Order: sequence, then C-alpha cells, then structure tokens
Amino acid sequence: MLLANIFNLGVKELRGLKRNTMLLVLVVYAFTAAIYVGSKAMPETLNRAPIAIVDEDQSSVSSRITEAFYLPYFIPPRLIAQPEMDLRMDAGLDTFALDIPPNFQRDLLAGSTPTIQLNIDATRMSQAFTGGGYVQSIVTGQIREFLTRHRAENRMPVEIDLRSRFNPELNKGWFGAINELIEAVTMLSVILTGAALIREREHGTIEHLMVMPVTAFEIMVGKIWSMGAVVLAATAFCLFFVVQGLLDVPIQGSWALFMTGAALDILAMTCLGLFLATVSGSMPQFALLVMMILMPLQLLSGGVTPRENMPEIIQAIMYAAPNTHFVILAQAVLFRGAGLAVVWPQLVALAVISAALFLFSLRRFRQFLQ
Amino acid sequence: MSGDSDPSRCVARLDGVDLSFGKVRALDAITLDIPSGQMVGLIGPDGVGKSSMLSLLAGARAIQRGRVEILGGDMSSAAHRRRTYSRIAYMPQGLGRNLYSSLSVRDNVDFFGRLFGHARGERERRIAELLQSTGLAPFADRPVAKLSGGMKQKLGLCCALIHDPDLLILDEPTTGIDPLSRRQFWQLVDRIRNSRKDMSVIVATAYMEEAARFDWLVAMDDGRVLASGSPAEFLERTGASDLDAAFIALLPPERRSQYSKVIISPRPERSDGEVAIEAEQLTKRFGDFTAVDDVSFRINRGEIFGFIGSNGCGKTTTMKMLTGLLEANDGRAMLLGREVDAHDTEVRRHVGYMSQGFSLYSELTVRQNLELHARLFGLPAESIGARVDEVARQFGLAGMLDMWPQALPLGNRQRLSLAVAMIHAPDVLILDEPTSGVDPVARDGFWNILIDLSRRLNVTVFVSTHFMNEAERCDRVALMHAGKVLASDTPAAIIARRGKQTLEAAFIDYLEDAAAVDQVSATSAEPFAEHSDLAGTDRHHFFDFRRMYAYTWREALELVRDPIRATLAIIGSLILMFVIGYGINMDVEDLTFAVLDHDDTAISRDYALQLSGSRFFTEKPPLAGYADMDRRMERGEIALALEIPPGFGRNLARGREVSVGAWIDGAMPARAETVRGYVEGMHVTWLTQKARELYGDNAARSEFQLEVRYRYNPDVRSLDAIAPAVIPMLLLMIPSMLAVLSVVREKELGSIVNFYVTPVTRLEFLLGKQMPYVCIAMLNFVLLVALAVFVFRVPLTGSLATLTAAAFLYVVVATAVGLFLSTFMRSQIAAIFGTVLITMIPASQYSGMIDPVSSLEGVGAWIGQIYPATYFMMISRGVFSKGLGFADLSGAFIPLLVAIPILIGLSAAFLRKQER
Repeated sequence: MLLANIFNLGVKELRGLKRNTMLLVLVVYAFTAAIYVGSKAMPETLNRAPIAIVDEDQSSVSSRITEAFYLPYFIPPRLIAQPEMDLRMDAGLDTFALDIPPNFQRDLLAGSTPTIQLNIDATRMSQAFTGGGYVQSIVTGQIREFLTRHRAENRMPVEIDLRSRFNPELNKGWFGAINELIEAVTMLSVILTGAALIREREHGTIEHLMVMPVTAFEIMVGKIWSMGAVVLAATAFCLFFVVQGLLDVPIQGSWALFMTGAALDILAMTCLGLFLATVSGSMPQFALLVMMILMPLQLLSGGVTPRENMPEIIQAIMYAAPNTHFVILAQAVLFRGAGLAVVWPQLVALAVISAALFLFSLRRFRQFLQ
Repeated sequence: MSGDSDPSRCVARLDGVDLSFGKVRALDAITLDIPSGQMVGLIGPDGVGKSSMLSLLAGARAIQRGRVEILGGDMSSAAHRRRTYSRIAYMPQGLGRNLYSSLSVRDNVDFFGRLFGHARGERERRIAELLQSTGLAPFADRPVAKLSGGMKQKLGLCCALIHDPDLLILDEPTTGIDPLSRRQFWQLVDRIRNSRKDMSVIVATAYMEEAARFDWLVAMDDGRVLASGSPAEFLERTGASDLDAAFIALLPPERRSQYSKVIISPRPERSDGEVAIEAEQLTKRFGDFTAVDDVSFRINRGEIFGFIGSNGCGKTTTMKMLTGLLEANDGRAMLLGREVDAHDTEVRRHVGYMSQGFSLYSELTVRQNLELHARLFGLPAESIGARVDEVARQFGLAGMLDMWPQALPLGNRQRLSLAVAMIHAPDVLILDEPTSGVDPVARDGFWNILIDLSRRLNVTVFVSTHFMNEAERCDRVALMHAGKVLASDTPAAIIARRGKQTLEAAFIDYLEDAAAVDQVSATSAEPFAEHSDLAGTDRHHFFDFRRMYAYTWREALELVRDPIRATLAIIGSLILMFVIGYGINMDVEDLTFAVLDHDDTAISRDYALQLSGSRFFTEKPPLAGYADMDRRMERGEIALALEIPPGFGRNLARGREVSVGAWIDGAMPARAETVRGYVEGMHVTWLTQKARELYGDNAARSEFQLEVRYRYNPDVRSLDAIAPAVIPMLLLMIPSMLAVLSVVREKELGSIVNFYVTPVTRLEFLLGKQMPYVCIAMLNFVLLVALAVFVFRVPLTGSLATLTAAAFLYVVVATAVGLFLSTFMRSQIAAIFGTVLITMIPASQYSGMIDPVSSLEGVGAWIGQIYPATYFMMISRGVFSKGLGFADLSGAFIPLLVAIPILIGLSAAFLRKQER
C-alpha cells in the first residue's frame, strides 16, 4: 500500500511535469544548451585585451615589441603620447600601458640595464591578473630574441618541467561543463519539487490528497522520487551525450560512482526545495527565496573558486551544504579518476546531510499540511 | 429589444460589441441601450460575459469591435474617457479585489480620494462621512485582510463613492456575503440613490431574488443578451412564477432541454437513526481569532444536511475538521462512530470530500484523475477500469473521459469533482459550496444527483451553499454565522419558528439577533450628504502631484507590511554582495604542495624552501613515492607536487642539465594557471639567486628591467577589484526587480483596475511607483558601500559625493528599467526570471565587470555601449580605486542622464491605460 501510493503519487507528478511546458523547456535548456554555452563561453585566458604603448624610443626593438601584440589576445596596440597614458587609464580605456623610455635600445645594447614600465589597471579583475604575465613574457621574449644576436650569457642549466595532471592543456571548457552540470542538478532539484508543491497548494489539490488514505510521508517521497528521477536521468543523459559526446570532455573515473553522488545530492536538494516551498506563501516568494539561497550555495560550494580562498568561517558553514561535497566528489571522480577509496567521506557526508534534510523537511511538511 | 431607445435617456449604448480572449468569445454582437437614472441588473450564471461587459462599460477594458457609448460619448476615445473617469465608479468582482489588503480601511478610502486629486481637508471630510454612513467608522484602522466579506464590500462601495459618480458599476457585489450584510448593502445603495436621484447603477448579480427588486434587467447567456426589460415584463413574457424559472425559460431550447426539475423524494423509512456525522462543541482558533466557536450538530445516515452562512463564517473550517484536514482545538468530531483523527487514514476511506472551487489536477485528463483517486483509495487494480466507467456513466462524464478538465464547462467540472469524491463509494460526502458559480440548469442537475445518492444509496450528504433555494431542498440545515451555529433544524421548522415566509428572511432574523449582541455589522442610518462641489476632481489632466503621491504613499505602506519583499529589498543585496565578494575570488593563497625529493641534499632542500617560504604555498608532508603522489593528488589533498631528480645537487655543481618536475592539479584550470605562474616565478628567482652566488653579481644582472605597476590596486586584492564592480550589478538587479514586481503584482491581484478607471495618468502612475524604490535603492547603496569599506576593507579613494550623485541617477535608471519591463510582463514568476535574465547577464558579461567593454565584439559590444551599468561601473571604479572626482568622470554621467527620460518615456508609451 505504502509503495503503491508512493508510486502512484510519483507517476502523477511526472504526468504533471509532462504538461508543464515551461518547466520542461527549463530542464532541457539547463542540461543541454546551458552546459554547451557554459563550456564554450568560459573565457579564454585572454581575449582582446586593450593595450596602449608609449613609444619614446622609436627603435627597432620598440617596434618589435609593438608588433608582438596581436589578436585574439590583444587589440592591436594604440600608440599614445606619455601625457595621455594616465588619462586613458583613469577612463578605463586601456587595461595595459607599456612605457618604453627614450634611448631604450641604445642603453640595452650598452648593457646599462634600462627600465621598461608596464602599467596594469588592477581593477580589471581577471584580465589584469592573467594578462599581466602574458605581457611580461612577450616583452621579455622579444628583447631576449633581439639580444641573442649580440652577446652570449651565463645561465644556470636548470629547467623546470611543468605538467598539468588530469587536464593537460588546462582546457577551461571541461571545467566549465562539469560546473554547469552541477549547477543544473542543484537548481532543478530545488525548483522542480518546490514548484510541484506550490502548484498543488495554489490549485487546492493538496487538500484532496489529505482526505485520502495517504500520509505526508508518502506524498513527500512521491514528489522526491519522481522529480529526482527526472533530474538524475537528465544528468546521465547530459554526461554521456553532451559532456562526453558533444564537448569531448574525457571522463576519468567511474560514472556509477558519480551518479551515486549525484543521486544523494539530488535527494538533499529536493528536500530543500520542498522545505522552501513550505516556507514561502506563493510562487513569487518561492522564486525570490530560491534566488537568495541558490546563489550562495553555488558560488560558495567551491565550484567557481577554490574553497581555500574563502574565509575559514565560510568554509566551515559550507560543509553543511550538500553541493560542497558534491563538487569535491565530482571533481575527484570525473577529473582525477578517483575511486570509492578516495571519495567515501563525501558520500558519507552527502548521505548524512540528505537524511537530516529529509527528516527536517518531513517535519516541516507535516506542519504545513496541518 | 424592449427598453428605452431615446439616446438622451440612455446612460450606456452598446452597438455590435464583440469581445474575445484568444479563441474564447466572451461577448457576441451585443447591441443594447441601458436607461439612465435606474437600477439596472445584469443576470446570468458565471462566465457568460457579465463581467466583460461591465469592464467595457467602465472603460477598464479596451473595445475590440463595436461601439460603446457612455454618458453621451464614445468610450474608444481617450479624451472622452479622461472626461468621464471622475463621473464613473467601478467596483470589480471578487471580495475586495480592488482594495489593498494590507492597508487599513481609512488608508484605502484615502488612497482613492488622492487618486481623484482631492485635497487633504476635503478627503478627510468625505472619508468621515462615508465611513459614518456605512457603519465602518469603528473599524477605520483595521486592515482590509481582517474584514468580513460584507464589510469589504461596503468598503469597496465607499471607495467607489468618494468622487460622487454619476454612474455606479457594481460587479457581483453581494456574492459570497451573508444575507443580512447583503440586505444592508442594498439598503445602503438605496439610500445613496435617494440622495442622488439622477445616479445610474448597473449591477451584475447571480441572485435572482435581488434582481427581482431592480428597475430593469438584462439576462445574459453565452456572451449574448437573452432579453431585457423590467422584472415584471420578464415574468409576463415567460409566464413563470419567479425569475429563476423565467431565466431558464429564456434559455435557448437545446440548453433548456438538459434541465430537469428537482424533485425531492421523501427519505425512505429504512433510516434507523444511525448517526453518520457528529460534531460536539467543536472549536478552532487561528491565533487570537476564533473561526469556529463551540459548534455541535448531528447528521443521520442518508440525510442531506445543508450548511448556510457567509464567506468566512467558519463553514469550511468546520468541514475540514470533520474530514481530519484540520485538528480541532476543543471538542470532538465523530464520523461513522469513530473519532476523527488526522493520523487515522482508515476513516478517510468512508468519506468523499469536495473542496471549495475546482481543485482537481488540471494536468491530468478526466480518466487519469478518476484513476489516480481510485488507486490512492486502494481499490483493487483489476476493478478500477470498471469502477471508472461506472462512475463516468452515473455522473454523465462518459463522453469526456479523455478531455482535460480545463476544456469542460464549469458545471461538468463540478460533476467531475463529485465523481472523484464518489470513486471509492464512500458512505459520507462532504461538499463545500459545490454549486457556486454554476448556472441554474447545471445546478439543478447536480442536485438531482445528490438526491439520488441520498435516497437510493443511503449516502450521507453534508453540503454548504449560498443559495437559499438549495438550502430549502435539504432535509435539515444549520445556519452559521461568525463561527457559531445559530439554528439547526428542518427548513420548514426554522421558517415556522421565526414566523417568516422564507428561509432567507428567517436567517436574516437570526442574524439580526446575533448582530444585536455583537454589534459587528451595525449600520447607522445616517443619511447621505449630497455633494455638489467637484473641486479638485478635474484639476489637471496630464500631471498632478497629488495623484502621483497617492501611488508613492500606498506603495511605501505596502512595502513596509510585506516581510519577504522588504527583506529582499534591504538584506538581499547585502547577502549577495557578501557571497559574491567571497565566492568570485581570484586570489590564490594557501596552495597545498608536497615534495618528492630523490636527491635530499642541502641544495635540493633549498629549492623546495623557496616555495614553502612563500605566503602562497603551504607545505604538506613529503611524498613517499609516485603512488603516494597519485593518491594524494586524486584526493585533491595537494595542488602541486615537486619532484627533484636524483643527483640534482651534484649535476648542478658540475654544470650538467637538470630538470625539476612539477605536477599541477589541472582539475581547476584557473587555479592551475595561477600555480604555474607562481612556480615559474619562484624558479626564476631561485635561479637568479643561485647564479649570483655561483658566478657573481655581474653575470646575474639582467639586460633590462621590467617594472610592473599594478595601478589602483597595488596589492592586487581580488576584493578591491570585485566590490566596486558588484555594486553596480546589484543596484541594477534588485531595484529593477522590485519595481517590476510592484506593477506586475497589481496586474496579477487585480488592483491595477484602479489605474484603469481613475484619472491617474500613466506618468503619475509610473513615477509614483518608482519613488519608494528609488529611496530603497539609495539605502541599499549606502549599505553596500559601507559593507565594502568597513567589512571588505576596500579603500574608497575618490569623491564620495560624486559616487552618491551617480548612484542616485543610476538607481533611477534601474527602477525605470524595471518599470519598462513591467509593461510587457503579466505574471510575477515571469517578471522575476525575466528581470534576472535581462539585468544580470548584461551587467555581468557586457558592462566591463570582467572584460572591459572595449574587448567585446559584435552584439556584446553594442549592448555594453548602451547599457547603463557600463557607465556606473566606470564611475564606481573611478571613485573607489582610481581616486577620481566629478571632473574626471563627468563624461560617464551623460549616458545615465539621457537614459532616464528615454526609459520613462518608453514605459509610459507602452503602459496600457486599459486592459486588453
């Protein structure tokens, strides 16, 4: 009876979802187009960075440097006069301004160590931070090349051999795709179940269920399994056909392990969705709440920036969030090929959080039905 | 058409008026003259076009086809509508639908006074008079949400009368309120008409008893006018004894043929006095409000027991307690001899419940709905098909099993609800207002089924209703008012006991007794003062500060009383800024690394020391071997592994080529890149240092110096770069969302109609709504800057005054963006998601937050150049990080200044002053 009711209630949810075109479009979009765009749109390290050059030397070295900045990394440099430099940087027109002093080439060849100045607008976030290194190595490379013809040098015979593991080319698209996938799982688990409950309340159908011989537990589990199954199926589809197929991201570890983690995360998130739905009075309130809760969950879970960067207190708080553990698990399994021996603590944490959220939501759901 | 066709004596003339919503035709070629100075009734069931017609007459809805003339002018002309706003009053359908439930009684009337441009003194005088004469004066400070239905309708009337209209349009003003309040309402209208003899009143009603008192009637069905004329003419023409019968007689033959008269057969003798439902001193309190107060009654097996009373008198609560949906605070509810217990699912198998309004799954077909309920009631799987067919036949649903419920007419949907409630063949049916809004033919059909269930199958029926003729068909009825049962007996006995002619009169008699005790619905008989002065009503056609301020004042009041919106408005942006500040952090610190040192000499340790000494890296215990390295990297324990080859020190000393291996965890590419940069830098520094030791200073001296200056943010702190860029994004997203919701909410709740039918202009409406949100956004701005400066420790180097001035312009733009979006949105959900998409993506991607606008190409670049966030981002960064003032940033002010009139102008142009 219990299982039959849970099954029937879940089937009803699935039928309801089938008729809700808007939500279906959202599911399809989140697991296909959003992942594809999220992967492709991860900004290349540097793209069309604006650079200006104050060339007070007008030598062959300075023109060599000027010519070394080209698309797509840099917009062809704008040659400006010294007084313009500050004004243009204040106005935010250039991220980089390179100042080549007069007689640079002569001093260089004379070995009197001239100074070239690179100004970086450090308010420009990522472009400034990563682009600075590019500019430096381009300038250094050009000057070195120019100099090689002129004299020999003493060097230490030590090389450093840098290799990236798990993602040898540091392809940001891989990371972007998995990250989007995790966000889609989180978002849809919350929205699908929450919206299903609010719709029942707004249409008055929840009362109907309550006068039938079904319990709050059955209603809740019915919603969780059906909406969770949709998200889980979409995740599997997305992992095989979009991430692996379309985007060609190599998956290192066991997909079964990843799906187990995903299932636990989905369970926790669907419970959270139900809880939020019981707290909010109407669909608009639910939407606002979801926005204010999902954004911190996603940004602080370690998916976007490494957790080590966050203040200790936030790291500690975020241990209570299921998707923190899911992000750790997903990165370990999908990129590093980690097995159960490595990720079991995450699975345990997810299971504990899911169970706690389930019990908490069930209690709240019972009160809500009263 | 009978009626008066002399145009000078007509208040309204309709000629060939059509109205359709999508495929549904609401009005079909209506041609009608409505006489002036009379009380005109529009009769017919729900959904036949009465409300659509009234909204056309009031000018609330745009005319699609045909011609509508009101008070001698064409309503399709905006100029005529402007002239008549202050002569027409319109009270839409639904209890208090155009009122603001969180505002008090006085605030509501005051708001309407302001909308008509009345000065303070005049408003106060009129409000006092109106509240006095409607008996609402003692409740002036009570929020509308806490008024009874009857009081809400009286308040609606006050709001409608504040400007002394010549034409009063009331859409079902008495639906859902108790008979006494109903009678008081009509007495009030009569008194008003006595003092203003030339005022015309047009009323839609579903109660035929009320319609019988009107001067002139229009009967409508299916978007068409069936007949018009005085009630006497109706009866005469159809030869019927009452208007109900007359209406049925007027219906087209194919509709009339579905009708069968309700015949109440006597209850068979077999009933042995077995009690099916018993309530004993049931009491339910919600907070300090007692919804059901000490209610007791008994219902016998097979009886039809009626429950009558107004909306909110406790009928529904009592019924819910009997089904176990609600738990009683006191008393006992018994069903079929067992105590009702919310946790006892067994008793539910014997009860069928039909809640108020249609509440089945609209996403399931008729068959799926029936099957789902059959399964949940645990009917054996093999018998479900047969049972569904049987029930479908019994309730006349056989032909529509595969249709969606929405496609069915209301009457059929109610039969479906009843079928669902009966699917498990329960012994008891509890039906909460099953026939409200259903036309008389379908209603009688429904009652025939109920009587059959009771008499033939001995099903106990407990039914609540508004209709007295339905109550009279019950075996016994209970009259309920304000949580108490006033009387419970057979209808005949109740009538006899009070010595009245009808059940309604008897009920009113009981209510008056009750009212005498609690004085709640007292109406003073003070006469209505006649106003001849219309001072202030026609003041300015195009812009009036008082009308604008009406919306500002009301919006601010509502905002204060809605906790979720207020929270979002104040704390939401702080939370988001906090989260983004820490969440999108590009600083990489405390990176973990471990060394696999095959050499283990002084020089190899020195090399590793270079890393562990840096503030960016934290050293973990050394690696034992490759397996250990693999394991710890997989686990994400270390982000970097250094491998120093055997003989590193020896080979180095001999000048042989050596190579250090560095493995970086590439799972997070952005972090890996930073690590790579750090390691390369560290390596070069170490080399230079060693070279100096080995070969002397001269050799290590470089050919040139590259001096790097990180301007504006010398420590290269992420937060210093992010905070000034996040403020513009949040100041756009949240204020525009609040502004969009403030308009779309009114559309969804229906109070937008006040904008349609009052003299408020579009600009007054928009600016009035915008003002409170500009204030809130400025408060947000102050909080965000304070968070940045005091919590994130972001230095503010430039002119705060410049930043504040720019922020003011920017939030005006942001709220105007919201208002502009609101002209396209209808539902709050769409408004929320639409606003997020339209504000967050351009603000974060195309406004220079991450990549400067000059780096963008194509559409992105174009959006970046016209998007206001770009310019405020420039000012914010200029003031925060670059130490700039107004003189340096004045260029960025111009686009903001230009955007304001453009956005507000576009919003005003797209905002509709009528519903379409």
